[in-house]
Amino acid sequence: MTAALTLENVDCFYGNVQVLRGFSLELMQGEVLCLLGRNGAGKTTALKAIMGLVPPRSGRIMLGETDLTRLTAHQVPQAGVAYVPQGRRLFAELTVAENIEIGLMTRKKGKATRESVLDLFPVLRERLKQRSGTLSGGEQQMLAMARALCLEPQVLLLDEPTEGLMPSMIARIRETVAALRERGVSTILVEQRVDAVLPVADRVAFIENGQNRDTLDVERLRADPDLVHRYVGVG
Amino acid sequence: MAFGPYLLLATLEGLVMAAVLALTALGLSLVFGVMRVVNVAHGEFFMLGAVLAWWVSSLVSGNPAIGFLLALIVSPLIVGAVALVSERLVLRRLDYKPEATIVATIGLLYIIQQLVLTFYGPEARPVVAPFDFRIRLPWFGYSSYKLAVIAASILLVLATWFVLTRTKIGLVMRATQYDGEIAQAFGVPVDRVYAGVFALGAMLAAVAAVLIVPIQQAHYLMGLDPLLLSFIVVIIGGLGSLRGTVVAAVLIGLSDGIISVFFSPTLAKIIATSFVALVLVFRPQGLFGAETR
Ligand SMILES: Nc1ncnc2c1ncn2[C@@H]1O[C@H](COP(=O)(O)OP(=O)(O)OP(=O)(O)O)[C@@H](O)[C@H]1O
Ligand SMILES: [Mg+2]
Repeated sequence: MTAALTLENVDCFYGNVQVLRGFSLELMQGEVLCLLGRNGAGKTTALKAIMGLVPPRSGRIMLGETDLTRLTAHQVPQAGVAYVPQGRRLFAELTVAENIEIGLMTRKKGKATRESVLDLFPVLRERLKQRSGTLSGGEQQMLAMARALCLEPQVLLLDEPTEGLMPSMIARIRETVAALRERGVSTILVEQRVDAVLPVADRVAFIENGQNRDTLDVERLRADPDLVHRYVGVG
Repeated sequence: MAFGPYLLLATLEGLVMAAVLALTALGLSLVFGVMRVVNVAHGEFFMLGAVLAWWVSSLVSGNPAIGFLLALIVSPLIVGAVALVSERLVLRRLDYKPEATIVATIGLLYIIQQLVLTFYGPEARPVVAPFDFRIRLPWFGYSSYKLAVIAASILLVLATWFVLTRTKIGLVMRATQYDGEIAQAFGVPVDRVYAGVFALGAMLAAVAAVLIVPIQQAHYLMGLDPLLLSFIVVIIGGLGSLRGTVVAAVLIGLSDGIISVFFSPTLAKIIATSFVALVLVFRPQGLFGAETR
């Protein structure tokens, strides 16, 4: 199996404060890799480093043959990496349709992409003219995913997509991630709670204090849930 | 003259003022809305537009309309280029930090002003209107050029509104305004958008200035009033709200026109400023502004 995305010894700083310390990660083609860690461990920062929003001071981030650290932030999505940020971060004043349009414009995708994305999230189709800030939390999360999928990405970064959602909605998100895996999309899924990812993840990587700890196959975690306590201290 | 026609005259004068003010304030509001930069040099872009209009039209002899039309195209383009260069050389290097950009644009204000004083001089110079027959109303004659200014400004405001709400460029600008970081994650070259918006804002001020120089002469200190009034309009209308800016410009322009005619220009300024204070106290986000992020 080949790697879709590789982080090698990435160091990231906010001002003088180092947040990622020699962080490395390998995302395989077509897998769902879950990134688990405590609050403040550096999960969001790792995703922002990939997107070029927090440019690494050293290290490499390879998307296939492309070194993403050599691209500017707006070129990373054009290379095929889509980002669903923590807290959704929709363009709240814009309508649902406009948010989707922004997604489509990123890689110049057209009507066909739009239709297939809306087929994944039919609720959005009924609300195209609604201001996205007025959507319910679950609808907002779907729109955030839809906006990202408009890129037809090879790599999808999901930052806590289940935060604050009820179980049925969490199941919907999980199904979507699984469906995307069938289409060959490689996904990094950041989560707090293990039970949210066990059903969908292929492997689980632990991050602590900006450094990576072990990466385990999900079977091992299913067999021995106590392992999680060792790494993140919460279940 | 009877009161009715007198009021009509004052209203027309107010509308001319509102027209020019709406364009100028729109530029300021765009720059603040999208970039969060308070551009203190905005009035100087206005002044530069007027002075360049005089310069361009003085190069052309013959029919004044040719010189004026040339100025209407060339002057905003040069002002836009100046703004673009200042954005690249100064604002971008300051990372658009609010405090730093205020100080930097104050510096820009003095640089532009002194350069104009050096090369253009302290005189006030007129530009001949492209046409200026008087339209006979039953009570008085009124300048057709002034009516054309109102019409041109309405067209330009509508064009700006169209670009912002109905085109891809406008969508990109609005997305940048709401969340620049996430806009980048969707392929928006935010710093190029900033450069474009800053130039566009300056060009709107320059167009307004070219429209006004046949009525009010070009002078190196003429930028102050438009700057203050634009700030007043933008605060009353709500920062970053296009509709608010236009409504507030009409409100301020009209009241300024009418009060100036019946009482005095100073009273008009006092009332406008008090209105700002009231808005800031009772509706800090402005009449049409959304709640701040
Ligand atoms: N813009 C910023 N400026 C300065 N420090 C920051 C900034 N963003 C994050 N940090 C710090 O970097 C560290 C890692 O933050 P990050 O958001 O990556 O954590 P996280 O693992 O995503 O946490 P959570 O699970 O709570 O979302 C934290 O200590 C945080 O305070
Ligand atoms: Mg986070």
